[in-house]
Amino acid sequence: MIRWDDVAVAYSGVAVLGPVDLLVGDGEWVGLIGPNGAGKSTLLRTAVGLAPNTGTVTARNGRPRPGPDVAWLPQRPSLPEGMGVADYVMLGRSPHIGYLGRESRHDREAVKSALTALGLEQLARRPLGTLSGGEVQRVVLARALAQQAPVLLLDEPTAGLDLGHAIEVMEVIDRLRVENRLTVVTAIHDMTLAGRFCPRLVLLGGGLVRADGTPSQVLTETTLRSHYGERVKVIHDGLGPTVVPDRRQP
Amino acid sequence: MGFVAVAAAVIVGLLVGPIDIPITGSLEALLDSLPLVELDHGLTETEQRVLLDIRFPRVALGALVGSVLAMAGAAYQGVFRNPLADPYLLGVAAGGGLGATLAVVTEADRALVVPFALAGALIAVGVTYIVGRSVGGRSTTSLVLAGVAVGSFLTAVQTYLLQRRVDTLREVYSWILGRLATVGWAEVRLLLPYFLVSVVVLVASGRLLDVMSVGDEEARSLGVDVGRVRLVIVVAATLATAAAVSVSGLIGFVGIIVPHAVRLVMGWSYRVIIPMAVLLGAAFLVLADVFARTITSPAELPIGVVTAFLGAPFFVIVLRTALR
Repeated sequence: MIRWDDVAVAYSGVAVLGPVDLLVGDGEWVGLIGPNGAGKSTLLRTAVGLAPNTGTVTARNGRPRPGPDVAWLPQRPSLPEGMGVADYVMLGRSPHIGYLGRESRHDREAVKSALTALGLEQLARRPLGTLSGGEVQRVVLARALAQQAPVLLLDEPTAGLDLGHAIEVMEVIDRLRVENRLTVVTAIHDMTLAGRFCPRLVLLGGGLVRADGTPSQVLTETTLRSHYGERVKVIHDGLGPTVVPDRRQP
Repeated sequence: MGFVAVAAAVIVGLLVGPIDIPITGSLEALLDSLPLVELDHGLTETEQRVLLDIRFPRVALGALVGSVLAMAGAAYQGVFRNPLADPYLLGVAAGGGLGATLAVVTEADRALVVPFALAGALIAVGVTYIVGRSVGGRSTTSLVLAGVAVGSFLTAVQTYLLQRRVDTLREVYSWILGRLATVGWAEVRLLLPYFLVSVVVLVASGRLLDVMSVGDEEARSLGVDVGRVRLVIVVAATLATAAAVSVSGLIGFVGIIVPHAVRLVMGWSYRVIIPMAVLLGAAFLVLADVFARTITSPAELPIGVVTAFLGAPFFVIVLRTALR
């Protein structure tokens, strides 16, 4: 689990987040939605000490240590071009290796099973620079998985992916979450996609939690229009709410 | 492979010089100088002296200095995530040079030369880092431009100090251009402990440098105390650089040429780059020195001239790839 209590962030006097109170339980998956600048990324960053904040963030063993307690993936991870996939995934083991230590057999096994879990065995030796967008997302997820932290914070894991690959990545996240009983928070822009996968959505607006509940509770026209403008329409069919632009081809 | 390169370079370095000494005799004399080995090498007393008291210490010094500069270059490149970082271009060598000059002109104790050089080098790298970040954030070129500015400024101060003390001018001037001229083992003994400390720290930091290649934020999220690790690595690299500058002056571009050559052949990992830079840096500088002392024989070219001659074009190539 991970819990934010009264967490607020300000950059040179300007409040960008909070105060936010939010509890995400063990094995739960929260989709963090909200317009640009709503504070989604900042909220995730407070949990790994990258956004100096007031209030407290708590994980299972108290204040989360970045690495062993929380795995975080930024929106645009840096991918050293020449580095091989398996070596990159091994970086996820870093929190478990002493500063001057070397990888143990256990670390190599963790990398291997992360590669297997994401179907990357064939790509293990490929340099990162040669991968496609969908492959990169899977490799980055494998690094986070190898970290074996109970909490996974993903900033826009489907950004830049086509719908097919976006669905594939969300399915992988769900499978990993269920298999490893991970607590997952994903910041995500595609509300329909979020609603189909995350059992719980939290809407941030202006740095504050504006709505929190199941997709059909959060993805209502009234709520979304007050944050995304009037031209948002929600269609309901048997699958759940679908968010579309309220505009007809002229 | 690295060890073979060092051995080959050392043998060439020992055999080549203005006085022709028979090859087999030289090798036998070297073996003979080892404890418990007795060989009849057939060299004259003078030949033996030239070999063991002039060439051998010079080759050893070249190897140590080359190792230090190459490994420090690789470490700076990793820690600043900047392919253009090099002890010379970051102003570290100039800072060390100024520190050492200060020690010489103030007639401080000889033992204080390295601490003075270290202080100057640390200040230089600190200022370069701060200036580089303040003008260009994380841009690759702004760090190097800041280094060039800092280096020029420090060199200007150094020149001013020298002009005021004309009696030491000639001695210090030849040292600024980089030289390995040495008689006996004093310089080698001076450099060796700093070399050893830095090698141990930097070789051990290879894995952390690899983690840091994904950037400060991600490295921190992977549990690395980026600030502390950067400080330790910079201090270790700077310590060795300052000691090397104190004995051999400013020799540029070794820290660019060697690590990038290693990268081309052996890939991205600092666990390989650092140890290989230690070995190939040694081989490179010993051979560059052979070149420096034979090309205009009987006169000697300062070795800094040779490395700049090779290094500057190489730097342009690295710059092109880095900015692409």
